[in-house]
Amino acid sequence: MKILVAVKQVAALDEDFSIRDDGRGVDPDFLIRDLNEWDDFSLEEAVKIKEAATEPVEVVVVSVGSDEVDESLRKCLAKGADRAIRVWDSAIEGSDSIAVARVLAATVQREAPDMLFAGVQSSDQSFASTGIATAGFLGWPHAAVVSNLTLAAGTKSAVFRRELEGGLLHEVEIQCPAVLTIQLGINTPRYASLRSIKQASAKPIEVLSLADIALGAADVGEAGSLSRVRRMYVPDMGRAQLIEGSAAQQAARLAEIIREFKGAAA
Amino acid sequence: MSGILVIAEQRRGELRPVSLELLAAAQGLRRAGDEVAVAILAESPDIFVGSLRLAGADEIVTIKTGAREFDPDTFESAIGALIAQRSPDVVLVAHSVDSFGYAAALAARHGWGFATDVFIAQRIDGELVATRGGYGQKVSVEVDFPGRSTVVLAIRGNVFKPPEQPAEPRITVFDAPAVQSRAVGRNFIELSAGDDVDMTAAEFILTIGRGIGEEAKVPQFRELADAVGATLGCSRPIADAGWLPKSRQVGQSGKTASACKLYVAMGVSGAIQHLAGMKHVSTIVAVNTDAEASIFSVAKYGIVGDIFEIAEELRRLF
Ligand SMILES: Cc1cc2nc3c(=O)[nH]c(=O)nc-3n(C[C@H](O)[C@H](O)[C@H](O)COP(=O)(O)OP(=O)(O)OC[C@H]3O[C@@H](n4cnc5c(N)ncnc54)[C@H](O)[C@@H]3O)c2cc1C
Ligand SMILES: Nc1ncnc2c1ncn2[C@@H]1O[C@H](COP(=O)(O)O)[C@@H](O)[C@H]1O
Repeated sequence: MKILVAVKQVAALDEDFSIRDDGRGVDPDFLIRDLNEWDDFSLEEAVKIKEAATEPVEVVVVSVGSDEVDESLRKCLAKGADRAIRVWDSAIEGSDSIAVARVLAATVQREAPDMLFAGVQSSDQSFASTGIATAGFLGWPHAAVVSNLTLAAGTKSAVFRRELEGGLLHEVEIQCPAVLTIQLGINTPRYASLRSIKQASAKPIEVLSLADIALGAADVGEAGSLSRVRRMYVPDMGRAQLIEGSAAQQAARLAEIIREFKGAAA
Repeated sequence: MSGILVIAEQRRGELRPVSLELLAAAQGLRRAGDEVAVAILAESPDIFVGSLRLAGADEIVTIKTGAREFDPDTFESAIGALIAQRSPDVVLVAHSVDSFGYAAALAARHGWGFATDVFIAQRIDGELVATRGGYGQKVSVEVDFPGRSTVVLAIRGNVFKPPEQPAEPRITVFDAPAVQSRAVGRNFIELSAGDDVDMTAAEFILTIGRGIGEEAKVPQFRELADAVGATLGCSRPIADAGWLPKSRQVGQSGKTASACKLYVAMGVSGAIQHLAGMKHVSTIVAVNTDAEASIFSVAKYGIVGDIFEIAEELRRLF
C-alpha cells in the first residue's frame, strides 16, 4: 500500500512586513517559513497506518514549491516519510489552490497511491480547497475535515468522522482510493529524534518538472488558476482601545474592567 | 449567462443559519434584471421552503436527494447539473465544513471561477471582485476571475446580516440525476457527554491560547480564572493537546460563548474559527505580544504584552 501526503511549506509574517511593490503579495524577505500545521497531523496519520500494518506501507510526501521547501520535506522524512517528492517549475509561480491541485493530481497519477491525504487548510492562505480540488481532478471519492480515521492497509474502504460545526461528528464510510483532508487534533504528531533528523538530511528529494507529470505551463500559474490576486493590502484593523503603561498598570486597568462587569452583574 | 444562485445548507432537519446570510450577500451583487434563486438539497426539501421565503429570493429550487444528509457525490452532481442548466454568473455557497467537502472539486472539474472564505463580494467597474484574508487575517486579498462566466464563492459566516422581511418567491422543482454515492454517511456523534462545564452559559470567560506555551502553565491560569470569578476557556490547540477538556474550547468546532459579556483572551491569535465563537461578545479584552494579532480587531480593549506578566500582576489584585 502507498499513501501520498501532500504537504505545504507555509509562511507567517514577520513583525514589520511590507507589501511587494506590485501590491499583489508580501515582500518575501518578511516571510517566516514552516511546514503547515495541518500537515504534521496528516503525515502522522499516514505513519501510524504504516506502523500498524502487517503488509508493507510506503508513505510518500509531495510538495509543490521551489527548493526552499526542501527544509520542510526533510522534516517530514525525519518524522517517518519514506520518500519525498518536490514538483517545481517557475511557471507554477502565482498558482491558486486549483492550479496546485492540478499539479498534485498529475503527481498522483504518476505515483498511483492508494490514498491521498492533505491538510484541511493552510495557515497562510486558508484556501481549504487544495485537497478536495485534487480529488475533483482525479475523480476520486473525497471527504473534508476528517478528525478520526480507521483505515487498515489493504482494505477497500475506510471509516472516518467528519468534524462539523459545533464539534458534531458525522461518521462516514468511503471507498478507496480516496482523498481525505485531515483535521488538527486527529492524533498527536511526534517529534523527530536527532538521529532521524540526521538520517533525513542524507536522504534524496526527488524533483519533478511539469514535463515529468505531463503538464504544461498553461496548466499552472495564473493561466491554470480559477482566481487571480488583484491587490493585497493591510486592512484598517483594530477597534481595540490599547491599554498602555507598565504591566502593573495594564493589569490594574483590566482588574477595573472586571470589577465594572461584576458590579453590573451583581 | 446571468443571475445568482444561492446554495442553502441544512443538517438534521434544520436550515443552517448561514443559508440566510448568503441571501444577504447575493443582494450586494445583484444587477438590474438579475434574479436570485436559492436551492435546497434534502431528502424532503419541502420542509425548508417556509424558512427560505425571505426578501431577496425570487425563486426557491427544491432538489430531492436520496440520502438524508450531505454527501459530496450527490451535491456535486446535483449542483453541477443545476449550474450547467442555468449558467448563473455567481454561485454562493457557505464557507462551511459541508462545502469544504465538495465546492472545490465542483469548480475544478468545470473550470468555474472560485474563491473561498470570502467576506466582501462586490462588483468593481462591472467585474466581480472577492475579498478574503491572508496570513491569519493580517492582510486582505482581493481576487478576480478573468474570463470566467460562472464564479463560485464560498462566503464566510457571521458577516452578512440575514434578511428578515418575508417574501413570496416562486417554487421550482429540479430533478437531479441519480448518483451512486461513494461516501456513505452513517450516524452523528455528539460530544456533549462528560462536559465539565457549560461554556454557552458562562457570562465571564478567561480564555487561554497557544501563547501559554506548555501544559505546566495551565494550573496558574486555572487558578487566576477562579480568583477573578471567570470560567476558564481555551482555543483549539489547547484542547487538541489535551491540556483542557474539549468542552472548554471556544469557536467554530467548539462552543459559542452565547451568554458571555466579558471575554478575556490571553495568548490567542484570533483565527476566524476562534472568533466564530466569541466575536459577538460586547466586552472583549485581548492580551497578546503581537500588536498585529487579529484578535485586536474584535477586542474592545487591547493589551500588547506578555500574558505571564499580566496574569501575575492581575492575580495580585484579586
Ligand atoms: C474547520 C476548523 C475548525 C476550527 N475550529 C476551531 C475552534 O473551534 N476554536 C479554535 O480556537 N480554533 C479552531 N480552529 C483552529 C484555528 O484555525 C487556529 O489554528 C487556532 O484558533 C489557533 O489557536 P491560538 O490562537 O491559541 O494559537 P496561535 O494562532 O498559535 O496563537 C498564539 C498567540 O499567542 C501569542 N503569544 C505567544 N506567546 C505569548 C505571550 N507570552 N504573551 C502573549 N501572547 C503570546 C502569539 O503572538 C499568537 O498570537 C479550527 C480550524 C479549522 C480548519
Ligand atoms: N504547494 C503545495 N504543495 C503540496 N500540498 C499543498 C500545497 N498547497 C496546499 N497543499 C495541500 O493542501 C492543504 C490545504 O491547503 P489549502 O487548501 O491551500 O488551504 C495543505 O495542508 C496541503 O496538504
